[in-house]
Amino acid sequence: MSEQDRVKRFERLALPHLNDAYNLARWLTRDAQDADDVVQEAYLRAFRYFDGFKGDKARPWLLSIVRRVAYDWLERNRPSTVVRLDEAFRDGEPEPASSSAAVQPLDPEAHLLRATELRELNQAIADLPTQFREILVLRELHELSYKDIADIAAIPIGTVMSRLARARRLLKEALTRRPPREAINGA
Amino acid sequence: MNPGMDCKEAEEAVHGYVDGELDRAAAARVDAHIRGCAQCRRLYERERQMSASLRQAAERFTAPADLGQRIGAALEMAAKPASREHAVSWRQLGLAASFLLVAVISSALTFRFSVPGETDRQGEEVISGHVRALVANHMTDVASSDQHTVKPWFNGKLDLSPPVVDLAREEFPLVGGRLDYVDGHPVAALVYRHRQHPITLYVWVDGSAGDGAARHLSRRGYNALGWTLKGTVFWAVSDINAEDLQRFAELLKSQA
Ligand SMILES: [Zn+2]
Repeated sequence: MSEQDRVKRFERLALPHLNDAYNLARWLTRDAQDADDVVQEAYLRAFRYFDGFKGDKARPWLLSIVRRVAYDWLERNRPSTVVRLDEAFRDGEPEPASSSAAVQPLDPEAHLLRATELRELNQAIADLPTQFREILVLRELHELSYKDIADIAAIPIGTVMSRLARARRLLKEALTRRPPREAINGA
Repeated sequence: MNPGMDCKEAEEAVHGYVDGELDRAAAARVDAHIRGCAQCRRLYERERQMSASLRQAAERFTAPADLGQRIGAALEMAAKPASREHAVSWRQLGLAASFLLVAVISSALTFRFSVPGETDRQGEEVISGHVRALVANHMTDVASSDQHTVKPWFNGKLDLSPPVVDLAREEFPLVGGRLDYVDGHPVAALVYRHRQHPITLYVWVDGSAGDGAARHLSRRGYNALGWTLKGTVFWAVSDINAEDLQRFAELLKSQA
């Protein structure tokens, strides 16, 4: 295969997933320019590894490279956001006391779709520790299976499940902690 | 063995259940439990609602319109070293152009792994400036294809009057100008276009610079070409290929 054919074949396979790649990079780096850089570097890296790609699922393969490049980038530029969270939230750590039995003062889910609160929802996702944010984004926005997420994040399926549960709980807590709307809008 | 499920178990399985990731037997057991347990049923409803709301409300970011093109261009460059065997195509390019192309290819390949030298720093900065303007969708402060409108716009804003030439017939029409910053100093940024691709031409005065050799840099799919003429520094930045940018620079120099 000529080099040009190889580029064409790669482009046909990888470019349809550009928005997915960008969305993941954007949620991981939380910055438009950084996401742009990460995606470009990821595509170049993917192209270099292209011969090693045997599978038929291009999307998880590409997203796993985007993820790796994004983490490299975070470690180079914002090491604290990666390391600190690993220490704070070790997998296998006993879950905190169950929250489901407790009475929930607010009903965060019911508030999610209010236009005025969309920004806060998105901010709350952005504020999640990276490891939980990535699982949530892969599941809810990219609608990937636990198996694909496990492959992308290089963790066991059981960990995918526990991190997803933790991500949802943290998100719910963040939204519940917010002051009621009256307090935000003022008198 | 008791096939039933207690609340603790149901709680642990509820995410897998909501996500449709449990095998049939496990799903049936959760199903049986939440039918009989109002508390776990509420938990399930909440989680289901949460997931549905997230899907509807969380932001999905779309790639910038030109990102695909820039990646395509970078891939072409990354693929080109193999064509080194084709000596004919290299000879056709001409000596100057092929030197430039080799430099562009190697800098594309060592992207992010090279330590920027002192001359590279300026190139990095003008590329960032160009990209910033693109991302902010603010290429021009004064939008005009008329050099007699663009040139006077800089009067009083800068200590130089940048040369503004019309290259529309050579396929580089003038689009306008803006004030930008390099090294923290205000500089003139003239905006041209080649086909649909914007070009920023940075111009500033550096009396100590004299006439300098041409410099070039490639980052993130952008090319930057710099030169100095009688104490005035020029940098042209765009995502057009290095040869076209070189042609643009030669046209400017010939009209200077
Ligand atoms: Zn129960």
